[in-house]
Amino acid sequence: MQRRLFLKSAIAGSAVATAVGAGLLTPSMVFANTADFKAKSDAATASIAAAGKGSFKFKAPKIAENGAVVPVTVDASKMEGVTNISISVTKNGTPLAASFNISGAQGYVSTRIKMGTTSPVVALVTAGGATTQVSQEVKVTIGGCGG
Amino acid sequence: MSIKLKPKARKGVIGIKALVKHPMETGLRKKKGKLVAANHIVHMVVSHNGTVVVDADIGSTISKNPYFKFDVAGAKGDTIELKYKDNKGKTGSQTAKSK
Repeated sequence: MQRRLFLKSAIAGSAVATAVGAGLLTPSMVFANTADFKAKSDAATASIAAAGKGSFKFKAPKIAENGAVVPVTVDASKMEGVTNISISVTKNGTPLAASFNISGAQGYVSTRIKMGTTSPVVALVTAGGATTQVSQEVKVTIGGCGG
Repeated sequence: MSIKLKPKARKGVIGIKALVKHPMETGLRKKKGKLVAANHIVHMVVSHNGTVVVDADIGSTISKNPYFKFDVAGAKGDTIELKYKDNKGKTGSQTAKSK
């Protein structure tokens, strides 16, 4: 009896795993960021398309050996009235990495992000109500060679 | 969780360097076949002499043990405070005087 129950639960468990594998339940859907953040991420993705080319500096490595730690710097300190700086990795499950609402600080943010694969990284700067973007492709090499 | 906060004033600008110790689990990584529960910072606030200068929404895309740098106009001796909250409701804060 017990064994039967065990088998049953094992089958049920594997059914879920198959669903995940088949892409019915993508992991990002199951274990997502908060819904609020997800909405922000979508908004950021939408605004990338609409944004013009920015005149600020965006520093990211051309090749990142380790996708878990990619240093990026957004320097818009020469722009006036910067209210928001967002960093977005186009091919990540949740593209938005972080959104910094700036009130009083200069338009400068430096941080480190995770990347799943080679992808363009987009920096969005909102200054005086207008959003502009600068993007750069970052190559992620896994295992140290190739890419 | 410990936070290293090092504000340094130079030519009227305080460069705030912050290193927060946090696992920043995305909830997607597997360990021995089991998913590791998501555990990452969702919100961070940096204040300068009591007024908020940076208010950040952070996702799991930020690296483990996140590092941030911000610039704020200010002088030596100003108080900088960093507060964060993660998706489990845990909070952390650190206050430092600018050098």
